[in-house]
Amino acid sequence: MTVLAVTEHRRGKLRTPSFEIITAGRDLADALDAELHLAVIGGDVNGFADRLNRDGVDAIHTVAEGEEFNHDVYTQAITAMAEAHDPDALLMPNTVNGLDYAPAVAGALDLPLVTDAVDFDAEGTLEVTREQYGGKVETTVDVEADAFALTIRPAEWPVAEGTGDAEIAPFDVTIDESAVRSSVEGFEEVGSGDVDITEADVLVSVGRGIEEEENLPLVEGLADALGATLSSSRPIVDNGWLAKNRQVGQSGKVVTPDVYIAVGISGAVQHVAGMKGSDTIIAINTDPNAPIMDIADYAIVDDLFDVVPELIKQFGGQAPS
Amino acid sequence: MEPMSTKILVTVKEVAEVDDEFEISGLDVDDRYLEYDLNEWDDYAVEEAVQLSEASDDVEVVTVTLGPERSEETIRMALAKGADRAVRVWDDALANAGLLDATTKADLLAAVVEAEEPDLVLTGVQAADDSFGATGVALAERVGFEWAAVVNDLDYDADANVSSVRRELEGGVEELTDVEGPAVLTIQTGINEPRYASLRGIRQAQRKPLDVHTLDDLGLDASVADSPVTLTSMYEPESESDAVVWEGSPDETADELATFLREQGVVEG
Ligand SMILES: Cc1cc2nc3c(=O)[nH]c(=O)nc-3n(C[C@H](O)[C@H](O)[C@H](O)COP(=O)(O)OP(=O)(O)OC[C@H]3O[C@@H](n4cnc5c(N)ncnc54)[C@H](O)[C@@H]3O)c2cc1C
Repeated sequence: MTVLAVTEHRRGKLRTPSFEIITAGRDLADALDAELHLAVIGGDVNGFADRLNRDGVDAIHTVAEGEEFNHDVYTQAITAMAEAHDPDALLMPNTVNGLDYAPAVAGALDLPLVTDAVDFDAEGTLEVTREQYGGKVETTVDVEADAFALTIRPAEWPVAEGTGDAEIAPFDVTIDESAVRSSVEGFEEVGSGDVDITEADVLVSVGRGIEEEENLPLVEGLADALGATLSSSRPIVDNGWLAKNRQVGQSGKVVTPDVYIAVGISGAVQHVAGMKGSDTIIAINTDPNAPIMDIADYAIVDDLFDVVPELIKQFGGQAPS
Repeated sequence: MEPMSTKILVTVKEVAEVDDEFEISGLDVDDRYLEYDLNEWDDYAVEEAVQLSEASDDVEVVTVTLGPERSEETIRMALAKGADRAVRVWDDALANAGLLDATTKADLLAAVVEAEEPDLVLTGVQAADDSFGATGVALAERVGFEWAAVVNDLDYDADANVSSVRRELEGGVEELTDVEGPAVLTIQTGINEPRYASLRGIRQAQRKPLDVHTLDDLGLDASVADSPVTLTSMYEPESESDAVVWEGSPDETADELATFLREQGVVEG
């Protein structure tokens, strides 16, 4: 029996989910009484393989094809690897690139696919735990199949430590170049500019609860009164109300201030990825069940339009009318 | 020479949003606590397609929805925003199937792609309710189209049928990629500013074609809904919260928070 887990790198560096997937893969392999194999595709495959050789890894297959991720190459390489090693479970990271090849690989191999697992139990029938409705509820889904594909949510499993004694070997695959119909032309960093929210000690962060652009001065007023920096969740930036450099989260900035005040932010997983390392998290939200409450240290369950003006007053400011 | 015409197919899902207070009955939130709306990501996909059709002649925008009759209100909304016509796929076999996983959805949508032969398919990155985030790429694989996931910028060359896209990666990095058509692109929020439907648009939408197809119409049988993936439970997660909740009127809670911030020394005054 084999569990095959796919690792991820970008611009010369292995990404953290690569080390988390070893932990998840080992759990799964133990439950299935299987070996854990890793796939390393593209870039400095030998250097990557050495670093991925941690406790619990039995074999690492490398494919030295291209410098950066290309989903056509990944899809072909993983499909060929799976056909050669016949894994019972194919584990992939639920990252932006994972979402760009996992469904294609599962389709090509005719494997059932469950994405964004936060937990699983593989003793007997595979039972996967997932979230639904923006994290308000959890579900379990059963996968009744001999083999399956699963993507796992980043930051749910700890990174694997230790040194392993995996067998590292190149996997021989001929990429059909005519089927590579997408090409990566480059990368660009976005979101720099006048403020650097990662430097702030105190962040007042505003979310969709603010409803209208006209209401933004209210939270700006709070940030001013506290001498804090203003940041936001994604919809505020998507709407063009604040610049991209204010966005906290997976596709924005990762911040670790002393105090993070989330005003009208639900705490979606992609937002939390950017702020859970804050020392103290304070949530102001009308919904007592909002996922942000799970990571908040202090909370006010009330309407921000009532609370924020009072707060501004407390610090001698004046709420905009 | 005939002018080249372009057809863009946009997947449109009606998703449920849950009220602050709710109850679960069986395998879903009780319908009393659900409100239905156009999936946020699909709203951006519709807008992107409509902008492409406004920028040149001979672009047809067709929406496709897997959903019951209830979803027609949402579909009319997409038509009101500028899509030309709509296809809705539904069947008792789907209604009774429970969870439709990515494979099933891809099989259903593939039948529509084969009938419509679009040059470009736009989907949302994910649906806001079950968030599998897999349908678009699964569909591309199924129909042999090229694809790109999590696209937040699109420059479409209709003559060459090449999409130059930006894929939004983690940590503020964007990948610039060229994708040969026909292709499926999964659209990320923020790629554009979705419009509100105008009153005129809403009126016109009533007259736009909305075709309903059963499995039979698409040459599929009920086995398409068979899946090894089944939903077995839904529950409210045990609160991991150990937050101190400040209670009271707004001036009282604000006072608590202010006192806390002063004690921590994070604010002076
Ligand atoms: C690939 C990908 C990447 C993403 N990257 C990011 C990212 O980097 N950053 C990010 O933030 N999101 C990101 N998202 C989006 C994320 O999934 C959520 O959609 C988003 O974080 C929601 O923002 P929100 O909490 O402001 O809005 P909502 O989820 O709509 O929450 C609004 C909250 O405000 C509360 N509220 C409403 N009215 C009031 C009131 N009057 N007083 C007090 N509270 C009120 C509500 O109870 C609710 O909890 C990403 C998504 C994807 C798929």
